[in-house]
Amino acid sequence: MSTATTTHSTASAEPEFVPSTKVGRITNFVDQRVGGSGILKEFGRKVFPDHWTFMFGEVALYSFIILLLSGTFLTFFFDPSMAETHYQGSYVPMKGLEMSVAYNSSLNISFDIRGGLFIRQVHHWAALLFVASVAVHMLRVFFTGAFRKPRELNWVVGGTLVILSMAAGFTGYSLPDDLLSGNGLRIIDGVIKSIPIVGSYISFFLFGGEFPGTAIIGRLYVLHILLIPAIILLMIVIHLFMVVVHKHTQYPGPGRNDNNVVGYPLGPVYAAKAGGFFFIVFGIIALMAAFFTINPIWNYGPYDPSPVSAGTQPDWYIGWVDGALRLMPGWLWDFPFEWNIPLPWGTNTLTLNVLLPALVPAGIVFTVLFTYPWIERWITKDDKEHHVLDRPRNAPTRTAIGMAGFTFYCVMWAAASSDLIATHFHVSLNDVTYWLRTLFFIGPIIAFQVTKRIALALQRKDREIVLHGRETGRIIRLPHGEYKEKHAQLDEYKLYRLVSFDSKKVIPGQPNEKGIVVRKEKRRAWLSRFFFEDRVAPVTPAEHRAALEHAAHEEHADHEALEGSHDKSLTH
Amino acid sequence: MGNHSDDHPAKPEGTSEVEAKAGQTVLDKFENPGLPPHRPRLADTEPRAAKRAERQVVVLFLISVIGTLLFFFAYFGVHLDQSIGALRLQNMLLGLGTAFAMLGIGTGIVHWAKTLMPDHEVSEERHELRSEADRQDAVEIADTIIEEAGIKRRPLIRNTLIGAIALAPLPAIVMFRDLDLNPDVNKLRHTMWKEGTRLVKDPTGTPIKAADVTIGSAFHVIPEGLNELEEGKLNEKAKAVVLLMRLNPDELHPSPGREDWGYNGIVAYSKICTHVGCPVALYEQQTHHLLCPCHQSTFDLTQECKVIFGPAKRPLPQLPIKVDAEGYLVAQSDFHEPVGPSYWERG
Repeated sequence: MSTATTTHSTASAEPEFVPSTKVGRITNFVDQRVGGSGILKEFGRKVFPDHWTFMFGEVALYSFIILLLSGTFLTFFFDPSMAETHYQGSYVPMKGLEMSVAYNSSLNISFDIRGGLFIRQVHHWAALLFVASVAVHMLRVFFTGAFRKPRELNWVVGGTLVILSMAAGFTGYSLPDDLLSGNGLRIIDGVIKSIPIVGSYISFFLFGGEFPGTAIIGRLYVLHILLIPAIILLMIVIHLFMVVVHKHTQYPGPGRNDNNVVGYPLGPVYAAKAGGFFFIVFGIIALMAAFFTINPIWNYGPYDPSPVSAGTQPDWYIGWVDGALRLMPGWLWDFPFEWNIPLPWGTNTLTLNVLLPALVPAGIVFTVLFTYPWIERWITKDDKEHHVLDRPRNAPTRTAIGMAGFTFYCVMWAAASSDLIATHFHVSLNDVTYWLRTLFFIGPIIAFQVTKRIALALQRKDREIVLHGRETGRIIRLPHGEYKEKHAQLDEYKLYRLVSFDSKKVIPGQPNEKGIVVRKEKRRAWLSRFFFEDRVAPVTPAEHRAALEHAAHEEHADHEALEGSHDKSLTH
Repeated sequence: MGNHSDDHPAKPEGTSEVEAKAGQTVLDKFENPGLPPHRPRLADTEPRAAKRAERQVVVLFLISVIGTLLFFFAYFGVHLDQSIGALRLQNMLLGLGTAFAMLGIGTGIVHWAKTLMPDHEVSEERHELRSEADRQDAVEIADTIIEEAGIKRRPLIRNTLIGAIALAPLPAIVMFRDLDLNPDVNKLRHTMWKEGTRLVKDPTGTPIKAADVTIGSAFHVIPEGLNELEEGKLNEKAKAVVLLMRLNPDELHPSPGREDWGYNGIVAYSKICTHVGCPVALYEQQTHHLLCPCHQSTFDLTQECKVIFGPAKRPLPQLPIKVDAEGYLVAQSDFHEPVGPSYWERG
């Protein structure tokens, strides 16, 4: 990060600077050896905006650090081998049982190494929290429009981190070689085999032969402890480097605009709060690991292709893909989704009932995710730099699109627990599936409409508050019997937050240099209408003045009515 | 206009104001009132409150120390005696100790920052990432580099370079070819079952007499000899596991050619789901439905395990069985089709 270090050999004519405090002497010592004064000058008092929603990304970073720490401990005791052994540890129900060395060492970590179970649970909870906080951070960035210029590339890096965090989770989940994760691998094997032409071979290469083989755990281990964490770390460095280059975004409010950054200096306040927050995240994860069992592999038993327990669940972040697999019917009435295609060299099988749900929903979600900043920039023709965030209500269509995508995801995620929904709520499993299949298609549409209406309604509410003031709860009764509630005007700071947003308008199709509105431009114009035709504009000062005058007039009339009549002496 | 008066002059689109109020006067925009006045906290004005906050921070740090001591107590003081109870107690105390150790430090520092460190919001100007002049220079330099390299003027050099760079990583991919030295797709067509292989119980390996299979019962079955395999036991098991059930023979409706695949209403079907390969482990005696717990594919035993619900498309393959001279159930042959999930070469 040595962006601004300047090493200047000052002429010796200058008297040497001698610090007077102890801290100053230490700082000086370091600077004279490695030259950190430039960095300190640049970052020491750098201003960071503060808001509780900026915490999600921090949680993601800290849970990743905790994952590295706890994971390192686990590697000292874990043995990723699929050789067969007989359990000799201290968990009585499994004594003498045949199992793989990987499962055996996972049991030993849990039962024979003091604190091993605690660290295993810390690691698993931290992993769940890591993916969750990455996801929530991504939602925050999306709904506040923080991905707009100049931050589009950082949005792409973040999207890559989402995929990487899921990959890290899945490879780690499979390592203990227990019954549950083995079934997860079996499903992956089935999905890979559905890929046309190369699927069977990819499966053979991955497992070193037929499923389950004796190679997969070792291969996943290398991916899980070396390759994926290294790439995640690299991506985090790039991600944070770009945050420093761009400076942090800020929420709209008095005194804030696109040309400044308002907040607390990095040292001491921000550093203390962020640094303290690492310990808080660690403490919360430790509490969860202390009281809530996660992944009790001793209940599942070693992997065996024959048994399986009812209510098998993947970890939550893989749930949406598993749910998509469950929702896809093998037969739609009498229409089959698996076809045997006669080709010149023989008959080949196309397994659309596996291939489609594995590829299409995830494909849609990630394609929209990665391209959205460019799509919106194209529609709005907005090429300005943005550093002030949108309140979600002030970008109704974007917020509605986000909620549609979120609903799409959640329907699939819920489908991964369709059997548990059925048993818990005593409803028919088939009905749950039929409902979720329906929601898969219409859920996002409903979510879009509802969200957009709510956002527009909130914008109108903001207008009303600006124009008519806030309700005070004071009721007055006028002499002629009318009851009224008093409204009080907002102060200028609160007011500014409600009126200062940038409200996009429909941009009709623009002719090109030949004077023709080309088809692509027509499409853009249509989308622009779709986005902004029912916009709610912010209150203008003129409207506000008119409203104030009106209010003053009413106030005066009420006052007259209450006090007036008998006070008006003829003599003045 | 507020603080917006210093917009980037070089921006062709103009300022945000011009965009936001097309057709209105420039003045019709709310004035930015600037930062709200700073409200002092209690600790800023009251020395006693500051003192109290200081004490609170100290107490939180001391709680952290106690938490660390609790961790050591749990580590050395709780003895694991092969019981789950002792393990649970130790895990809980280790976790509590760690949680207090961490939360004490964390909440202490945050409390210190929030009550005693200055909370004046400051405003700092953002500088553009790069000035317009810099950007212009950069573009020129890039153009010059491309121009001097002659990439545009000599397309043949460029295209051969692109070709070479595209080919160069291929060896790195091909190197992974030997992850499996002998990838034989035909392995997926065959299982351990062959004529005369006894059906034995999973996992004990006890042979099953036809007389032991009562109506309504279900057995999890593996081929005899599977447990004795030295190598590749799980690979064979992942293909060969079978479910054995007995119904009233009238309820079975065997298709032509399959009439003798069962014995007295006893039928055997592959346990590997044709969707993505989970074990189909749930059998509903009343309805004769088999349910896969992973993705809820449902197979109807009375219709030769046809799919009646869920994501699977093909029925479970049936294992033809008969009875040997001693009354034990044996296989007539291997499965007549590949078991488990579909794959490209299956057809």
